[in-house]
Amino acid sequence: MTSLLLTAVTERWWISLIKAAVIINLVLVSFAYLTLAERKIMGRMQLRYGPNRAGPFGLLQPIADLVKLVRKESFFPAAAVDVLYIFSPFIAAFAALSTFSVIPWGPGWHIGHYYVTGYVADVPIALILVFAIGSIGIYGFIVGGWASDSKFALLGAMRTCAQLVSYEVSLALSVLGVVLMSRSLSLVDIVDRQYHEWWYLPYVVPQFVGFVVFMLAGTAETARAPFDLPEAEQELVAGYHTEYGGMRFGLFTMAEYINLITLSALAVTLFLGGWHIPGPWLQAYGPVWFLLKLGALIFVFIWMRATLPRLRYDQLMRFGWKVLLPVATINAVITAILVVAV
Amino acid sequence: MTPQPLGTLKGFAVTFRQMFKKPLTQQYPEYKRPLYPRFRGRHRLWRYENGLEKCVGCSLCAAACPSDCIRVVADENTADNRVSAGERYARIYEINLSRCIFCGYCELACPFDAITLGNEFELSEYSRDDLIYTKDMLLAEPIKRVPIQDPALFDTPLPAYRTDA
Repeated sequence: MTSLLLTAVTERWWISLIKAAVIINLVLVSFAYLTLAERKIMGRMQLRYGPNRAGPFGLLQPIADLVKLVRKESFFPAAAVDVLYIFSPFIAAFAALSTFSVIPWGPGWHIGHYYVTGYVADVPIALILVFAIGSIGIYGFIVGGWASDSKFALLGAMRTCAQLVSYEVSLALSVLGVVLMSRSLSLVDIVDRQYHEWWYLPYVVPQFVGFVVFMLAGTAETARAPFDLPEAEQELVAGYHTEYGGMRFGLFTMAEYINLITLSALAVTLFLGGWHIPGPWLQAYGPVWFLLKLGALIFVFIWMRATLPRLRYDQLMRFGWKVLLPVATINAVITAILVVAV
Repeated sequence: MTPQPLGTLKGFAVTFRQMFKKPLTQQYPEYKRPLYPRFRGRHRLWRYENGLEKCVGCSLCAAACPSDCIRVVADENTADNRVSAGERYARIYEINLSRCIFCGYCELACPFDAITLGNEFELSEYSRDDLIYTKDMLLAEPIKRVPIQDPALFDTPLPAYRTDA
């Protein structure tokens, strides 16, 4: 603990600033290439090639998409509430980007005279912060859908609202077990404890149920298939962003994908040991292990999207309230009893 | 039926296995699938071996055309200006391909097999005006862009109006 406090003091403020800028850009680039990876992987799973025209293997496709989105005319409906309409994509994108700051990705390094920690910010209540900012991000979706003054957007926003609120309960309860076991809400501490207290074992072993609930509720939180009801193309045109075009639409999509990355990163941090690998070796290559685990989890999300059909709305609600919530609660209670008893 | 969690996992196994198979996609501009012999593509007008046009300007094709995209203006053949084999010839023969639906009624209506539907389908232009094909363009030998299936591979007999094409 003392070492953590010391690093917080000794790290210069401008190093944090540089790290924040680097992390934001890395997240943005990985978002761009996540869209490509998703289209490629889903294409292969459906015996297609996916995008392969722009550049070698379609590697310039995200850039082409970006140029297209930026150059589009940014019109909006005449009856839209313009301030809210324009600002809600920014709220969503801001909330999605800022959550990444508390996620640790490496052990920390001495570079010259300076010490660089492996995270942007070590907040004592990081986990609560992540959920709080995530809830602010939901405002972007709901307000955007409402301000568009469109039936489809409003219906999509209502669905998003209901689904995200329902599943956030299970999501928060599923990480309670991890919090109880690590006795901390700081993600840096949680990663440390996983490595040092459990014979190098990540929390996914004792908290397997919590991990499964977290992944399922997280899929619903990021509104991805099979829980992609907020933007069910066949029923609602596109959900809450029906009336958005150009880069405003791009910001919403960006928020969704970055939420997916953040959620996977959170799952890696909470359940899969963060940047550690089991065993006493090679811990210095923390970011590599972190990225590998992150990539694997994101692949699981894409895989799930290519495999499972969308749930009906009543099935979604029943699954959230009658299955995930009791399972998460029982998991938390049992963990609490065991932590106290053992 | 497999019991539920296992059934879902089996689905995951299927999609995972699919990933390592070769995609079925035909990469279009690089690979052009051979066309069937009876494919109805862009029209073409024909001449007899002696160079005279088969079209006599009777406008039956224009009458048969459901989208009204053919325009024929006929004129009399004279002794010193003999264009077609009949009494009259088509002074103007235009097909507006931006309206054509490639139904093939024109070739059915034609009493002299003067117009047939060929195999070209790559007809994109930058301007709508360029899609109006004049008589010269329709009479000219088309640039072969797409391979055609061997007619011998098909046991359906070709209709009479296609055998001489």
